[in-house]
Amino acid sequence: MAIWFLRSRLAHHLGQRIGSLDALKLSSWASSLHPWIPPSLDSSDDRYASKFLRNPMDLYAARRFRSAKAQESVPVVTDGSNQVMDFPGGKVMFVPELRFLAESPGERISCYRILDDDGKTISGSSFQEVSKEIALKMYSDMVTLQIMDTIFYEAQRQGRISFYLTTIGEEAINIASAAALTIDDIVFPQYREPGVLLWRGFTLQEFANQCFGNKLDYGKGRQMPIHYGSNRLNYFTVSSPIATQVPHAVGAAYSLKMDKKHACAVTYFGDGGTSEGDFHAALNFAAVMEVPVIFFCRNNGWAISTPTAEQFRSDGAVIRGQAYGIRSIRVDGNDALAVYSAVHAAREMAIRESRPILVEALTYRVGHHSTSDDSTKYRPVDEIEHWRTARDPVSRYRKWIERNGWWCDDAESELRSNVRKELLHAVQVAERMDKPPLAELFTDVYDQVPSNLREQERLLTELIKQHPGDYPPEVPV
Amino acid sequence: MTLRGLGRGISIGKRCFSSFTEVEKPPMDGKPINLFSAINQALHIALETDPRAYVFGEDVGFGGVFRCTTGLADRFGRNRVFNTPLCEQGIAGFAIGLAAMGNRAIAEIQFADYIYPAFDQIVNEAAKFRYRSGNQFNCGGLTIRSPYGAVGHGGHYHSQSPEAFFCHVPGLKVVIPRSPRQAKGLLLACIRDSNPVVFFEPKWLYRLAVEEVPEHDYMLPLSQAEVIRQGSDITLVGWGAQLSVLEHACDEVAKDGISCELIDLRTLIPWDKETVEASVRKTGRLLVSHEAPVTGGFGAEISASIAERCFLRLEAPVARICGLDTPFPLVYEPFYMPTKNKVLDAIKATVNY
Repeated sequence: MAIWFLRSRLAHHLGQRIGSLDALKLSSWASSLHPWIPPSLDSSDDRYASKFLRNPMDLYAARRFRSAKAQESVPVVTDGSNQVMDFPGGKVMFVPELRFLAESPGERISCYRILDDDGKTISGSSFQEVSKEIALKMYSDMVTLQIMDTIFYEAQRQGRISFYLTTIGEEAINIASAAALTIDDIVFPQYREPGVLLWRGFTLQEFANQCFGNKLDYGKGRQMPIHYGSNRLNYFTVSSPIATQVPHAVGAAYSLKMDKKHACAVTYFGDGGTSEGDFHAALNFAAVMEVPVIFFCRNNGWAISTPTAEQFRSDGAVIRGQAYGIRSIRVDGNDALAVYSAVHAAREMAIRESRPILVEALTYRVGHHSTSDDSTKYRPVDEIEHWRTARDPVSRYRKWIERNGWWCDDAESELRSNVRKELLHAVQVAERMDKPPLAELFTDVYDQVPSNLREQERLLTELIKQHPGDYPPEVPV
Repeated sequence: MTLRGLGRGISIGKRCFSSFTEVEKPPMDGKPINLFSAINQALHIALETDPRAYVFGEDVGFGGVFRCTTGLADRFGRNRVFNTPLCEQGIAGFAIGLAAMGNRAIAEIQFADYIYPAFDQIVNEAAKFRYRSGNQFNCGGLTIRSPYGAVGHGGHYHSQSPEAFFCHVPGLKVVIPRSPRQAKGLLLACIRDSNPVVFFEPKWLYRLAVEEVPEHDYMLPLSQAEVIRQGSDITLVGWGAQLSVLEHACDEVAKDGISCELIDLRTLIPWDKETVEASVRKTGRLLVSHEAPVTGGFGAEISASIAERCFLRLEAPVARICGLDTPFPLVYEPFYMPTKNKVLDAIKATVNY
């Protein structure tokens, strides 16, 4: 790169000095002066040579053009040296045809899958082995996630929590991707990945505390439900704006690289998120800075009510990796084994080669966007039903573990009953718990409370004493 | 872009800065240097004293378009001092992630006029990072440096003073130095502060302002205004490059027997209301001056606060001498600017109200 820079500056300088000469003179002069322009076709790069020779007309056309020009100018250049230009990033071949790159490669990028719809491994598939223990924890966590969604969703419908957002349909993405990571990998989530946190050991009580915004919520009741975060579990706190976390993951990955940690950063986002500037900024930064980060796109077809057809014209997210110089894979997001294998391999490459990897998982948002949304207003119920039943990632995976002899109906009902009990208990406890004290309204804006906030706290406290009925009694003053 | 020829317009000499009396007096063992060199010294010290400090932004690798990062990459290596792609939201987002991992992320936005693509990252992410996580996470190691303000020929997009936008954001600190010595001490304080800071550098002064700057490592306190000049008739409050305009005005009206108390706010949020209030209680009059458009400028906040606190003591309405409510104009810059004469007239009108 540095060498190219010097040379290009020289060429630029020469270009300026002899700017009045025609282009042919300059190029022939340049080729005699600058050995970095390949002197002939016997390039050491075979790919280049074969590509170049594939179309002999290229050479012929170039020759004709040159000879015509040469009549009014000086030497005739007939070798191939001017068919290639050294340019930042590598050699670029000249072609005489007016040809645009196609808007798409024609066929859509294929999708990596291991389990068929019936939960059978597809013959010849290559995948990362999963131990029985891990496989069962994966299943158990997927089921837990489903039940948690059901109970919290109901709690919202009963007016006990203000908001909720389910992960239904994306259980495999949540749990299998988490299973393929280690706890040292730093997670920058969007909001539909609570399963990653569940896998890492966030308890159902901790989830409930956050949704109820009680005094044990780590976020101190400041954010809406589902904005989980855990320092202990290397899971950065969720923020509502879309894709803002994606460049954070790149900065964190740079830190991991500088510290020579055997870990990567992982960030999740949806298909809608890939339209945000932060997505593009992050992919470009990550590629240029060569940092160990996994970009995990949950392409679930819908950004609230906007279908992907109205989101982008590219073949999803996966195709964009290449444009940024990022290795990418498309995976069946409803196939837990495929997601596990893809993320496992992505992590290995990201860390070993210090490079970003883009994973696009194809899936479907079976639930509404959130409790504030009714998705039947903008998409057919049949479509939702099809994905909820025929393509359910959890039952597909269950068939696989059952086929392995690792799971049975008794285990299933015991699991569901235990999780349900535990969740109902967690909800009751969380609901009865005090809210965080008023003082926490003013802390953590800065590392220390500044004088203006102290004054506002004092004024507010006096006001509450005068009008105690105007304020929620469950917040201790 | 070079800043030669900045002498057009407001003239700024060495003397108006070296004559400032400081509340905190670092030992005067320094050499006379200009403001960009003072910034450069601060960055050297920041990188030297903290192995987890990083400096990055557009074109910082070769020294930056204003030369503030000269020599840093050679000294500390390309891993710690590096160019980024041309993308302000990427710079801010990357910086937040880096800072959130316990690093000192010192990011440069090449011109304050170009900070808006990073606005969401700064306002919705950096500023709320600690609060929204209940102090589980923070990006307190983040400092965003950016040249701001008029430059004589910058037009719309090389002249803006966007500080007020950021002053509306709880969780951020906004700091603007007025001189080389201040710039070094305040920048080091910002870099080492445990909160995200936006540090606007008066680009007009990069080369023009020269004063003795101690070579050693020192910091000046944040959220503390500085009374630069004691006076009894009127309080003048400003920040950054506008301080030199105000100081000239002080000298001028002194000839008419008007005694001005001059305050450099230095940190805009959280700001030192107490110092300004104490001064206005003494003088009974207040003039606030900044380059940014007057409507919704930070001067409005100061005016309102002082009206609340000193209403019965005020002997005249608070005067605001600021930029006009137009985009920053090229050929009209001398008309747009809160120049010395505008300040002079306002001082006299306020004192004679």
